[in-house]
Amino acid sequence: MKIEISDLQFYYPNGVQALDGISLTIDSGEQVAIVGQNGAGKTTLVKHLNGLLQPNQGLVLIGDWDTTKHSVAKLASRVGYVFQNPDEQLFSKTVGVEVAFGPRNLGFNGEQVQALVKDALALTELSDKTETNPYDLSVTWRKMVALASIISMDTDIVVFDEPTTGQDAVNIARIANVIAELRKRGKTVITITHDIDFCAENFERIIALSHGKILLDGKANEVLGQEEILATTYVDPPQLTRLGKRLNFNPTVRNEEEFLDVLSKDRS
Amino acid sequence: MNLQNVTYKYPLTETPALQNISLQVNDGEFVAIIGPNGAGKSTLCYTLAGFVPHFFKGELTGLVEVAGIESHNSSLSEWVLNVGLAFQNPFNQISGAKYTVFEELAFGLENIGIPREEMKTRVEDAMKLTGISDLAERSPYSLSGGQQQRVALTSILVMQPKVLVLDEPTSQMDPIGTREVFGVIRRMAERGMTVILVEHKVEWIAQFADRVIALKDGQIFLDGTPSEVLTSPLLQENGFGISRYTSVARKAIEMGLWKKDRLPITLDEAVEGFSLLNTDETSS
Repeated sequence: MKIEISDLQFYYPNGVQALDGISLTIDSGEQVAIVGQNGAGKTTLVKHLNGLLQPNQGLVLIGDWDTTKHSVAKLASRVGYVFQNPDEQLFSKTVGVEVAFGPRNLGFNGEQVQALVKDALALTELSDKTETNPYDLSVTWRKMVALASIISMDTDIVVFDEPTTGQDAVNIARIANVIAELRKRGKTVITITHDIDFCAENFERIIALSHGKILLDGKANEVLGQEEILATTYVDPPQLTRLGKRLNFNPTVRNEEEFLDVLSKDRS
Repeated sequence: MNLQNVTYKYPLTETPALQNISLQVNDGEFVAIIGPNGAGKSTLCYTLAGFVPHFFKGELTGLVEVAGIESHNSSLSEWVLNVGLAFQNPFNQISGAKYTVFEELAFGLENIGIPREEMKTRVEDAMKLTGISDLAERSPYSLSGGQQQRVALTSILVMQPKVLVLDEPTSQMDPIGTREVFGVIRRMAERGMTVILVEHKVEWIAQFADRVIALKDGQIFLDGTPSEVLTSPLLQENGFGISRYTSVARKAIEMGLWKKDRLPITLDEAVEGFSLLNTDETSS
């Protein structure tokens, strides 16, 4: 399902302009990371995708739906949104009930709900925790519950807001697996992240925001190679991109495979 | 700071969150604590900050001593004069009693009876240090996560504690903001403040910390210089994160493309090691 945003402007009630003329198109099945400094407008932008925020000016289209003409509840059938803090999202007594809540509300029948829940729990490695109260789990696993409760809704578009914050290496790898599986299923995945190494290793397209405007938008390597421009929105290129640059590598590299590839070619 | 055989169990739990931790930290030392989620990192922070045993009940054995005072024999209000803690979630730290960031930062100082003029100076200096002077008149609740974290850190710095305990203080910050805050923490250590920092961002630990302690299952797993600990092959096997420099160099060894004995932990070390490759080639 295509996302089309044109000339989106948004002001908070205190008059602060959070988004200043954002135009972009995201095709069905794309994996996009959004980066940029604190306060750049990243969360404000994605909250327009499911109608939590409405444009003061401009247009947001999810498929053929104008977000101002459909309720948040309706848009939830197309766009799933995983909050930055799982505690703002979870409220049920057990993991199983929590993960079933979304698909049940979307009107799936009992059997479908069961299948969707089972799949989402397997994907997030929570199958053995169905009966646990989410708040008895560590914050790591609560994050996975938050992911599962959105995945179970089987929306075409899934938005993650800072999925790796405060997560250890093992869980970051789990989250990367979830994203890879969603890609295989043809889902559009949009992720806000400050973890630029995670971003480089898991996304093909990167959008850098600064002061409510699009600073850069393109293929991962093209964007990550722009060290000076990224610095204006407080983003450092990934570790291996910086290393490659210091070693005068051409082209830009962003992960171990690309780095080692250029390194061994340089030698031959 | 001195910990001897510290073991702690939360109420109603079977397994200790901390097991037999012994640890001496010198004044002005910058110690980073790494470990998988659930390793006991935050519990260790609470113990150093006196929340265990004064706020969290449960069972604490062993000795926790800062500046010659034992936490058992001290009240929390005395303890906070020596040890300041910035919480993992800055939202939990904001008092809720103040309308502006400036007032929020003065809150701790009011509680310990610092004269008004000194309070103002301390708050202004600390805000300058952490780069939040422009937030002074904002409501603490109107800030982004990263900004709130800077406020939380600043609210501890104004107290000028001997020991600074920071639980993932940059988790919600943008990358360059993170680097800046690490620089601030480093400066505090150079001024003689002892720093205990829980952090997943290995690249900056490698560059700024004096010492790294790896925690696993409530126990000290490794303790040494950043280079000793962060290049240990045991880390990856046990679910710890390592820097991409270390990890890519380890793979390069197998391809005959890393010749140094020691693996790199920082960008500069990686550049140096991989550049060596080219000089070798031209000289041979």
